[in-house]
Amino acid sequence: MMRRTYVRSMAGWWRRDPVFIRYMAREATALFVVIYAAILLVTVARLAQGETSFNAWMALLAGKTSIALHAILVAAFAYHTYTWFEIMPKTMPPIRIAGRKLAPGVITGVGLAVSAILSVALFALASALPP
Amino acid sequence: MAETRDIAIEVLRYQPQEGAEPYVQSWTVPFTDDMSVLQGLQHIKDFADGSLTFRWSCRMAICGSCGMMVGGVPRLACRTFLRNFMPGPLRIEALAHHPIERDLVVDATDFVEKLARIRPWIVPREERALAQGENLQTPTELERYEQFSHCINCMLCYAACPQYGLDSKFLGPGITALLHRYNEDSRDGARGERMDLVHAQDGVWSCTAVGYCSVVCPKQVDPANAVNLNKTASAVDWFARFLPRRQR
Amino acid sequence: MKRSTQPVFWLLFGAGGMLSATLGAMLVFITGIAIPLGLFLPADLLGYDNMIAFHRHWAGKAFTFAVISLFLWHGAHRIFHSLHDFGVHAGTASVFACYGLALLGTLAAGFALLSIGG
Repeated sequence: MMRRTYVRSMAGWWRRDPVFIRYMAREATALFVVIYAAILLVTVARLAQGETSFNAWMALLAGKTSIALHAILVAAFAYHTYTWFEIMPKTMPPIRIAGRKLAPGVITGVGLAVSAILSVALFALASALPP
Repeated sequence: MAETRDIAIEVLRYQPQEGAEPYVQSWTVPFTDDMSVLQGLQHIKDFADGSLTFRWSCRMAICGSCGMMVGGVPRLACRTFLRNFMPGPLRIEALAHHPIERDLVVDATDFVEKLARIRPWIVPREERALAQGENLQTPTELERYEQFSHCINCMLCYAACPQYGLDSKFLGPGITALLHRYNEDSRDGARGERMDLVHAQDGVWSCTAVGYCSVVCPKQVDPANAVNLNKTASAVDWFARFLPRRQR
Repeated sequence: MKRSTQPVFWLLFGAGGMLSATLGAMLVFITGIAIPLGLFLPADLLGYDNMIAFHRHWAGKAFTFAVISLFLWHGAHRIFHSLHDFGVHAGTASVFACYGLALLGTLAAGFALLSIGG
């Protein structure tokens, strides 16, 4: 007898489960990371062009639209940080301490704590930079 | 006597006739708090519709036969309680990402073929005579693969993996976990051949770390970890092959 | 069996992901919000003279280059796989659109930073 299996469509699969919606949101943060990289790229290109060109660009970056955009970027980056360390227990090699595997929550927690410390350090460095 | 309640169970049904399309059929099933989803299905089969088709065997979460989408999530019907889905209705479908053979039975050909491809047994490192006795292993060596050996081939992880649903050529979570189980075994000598499957286009690189496979796994195998450990191993090997060959 | 070229892109993705996860949010806040609004930090920190001085130093060049290029490679790799998630199959077009643009951006950043001189 001929086999007649039924193959279900994958159309709109990400709407099927809240887990997939969160996954797609996580992947979407990549767009914002690229947008920020592009802003920085234009900044260094303008810097290389000279003072007039650079100052015109920086005036644009000081505008309301730019600040609103950066507020969105901060939120997207923060979500990226959270999801990056949330998945980490599944992506990194197991760490054993005294024969026991480190709990997933500990790995995520340490990752987030390190990010917080490095962020504070970066801010402190920025405050210390000007002559 | 335990209290009996009613729950509506909706099943996505499919009979493989010419031009057939799946359809939803619903039954009201009386249940007690200790009844599993599998028992609910058995009640339908015994008292309402004997044509309802599903796989099951052990009823105790070890044979891996009764995997299905229960309330939209890949679960073993035998270890899921009906009481958790009150007030209902509870929707049941065949495992996602697999062709439906009939009702809740899927075509597992792809999984079985992949399983054979990874050589899921210990390929001895060297010839051993019976007189040499047991092939000993330390607890630390056991620890390296033990978790991955708990896989029961239930395919829930495949139903949780959108990458497998989008492209079934992907080796996928469960098979990679089993591959890793044998590769990490100190007695095994076939790592090299199995790694060729890992390095390939459809090996581990289709994985985008959704991580849902490990969430639905009924045996805490953590197949996502097996896939990602092999990404690291494959990435190291990608560069290491340009170095002068070391003695193994 | 054909070996995948994904390991190279995956490692760049991972490096960019880690850098953006640890420093990204604060960096965006500093350059895009705090300094333009003069919150906590002086507005002239990103002024022309300061920025030129910062980028004349090799460490300044290295930092900005790492941020721009790794962020681009991180994003490119994720978007490449997201296209597949949306049903655009991985092919020459999506390789060029994602990894190609990341490469172009990396070269452009390197060129701009080198032309600032040291």
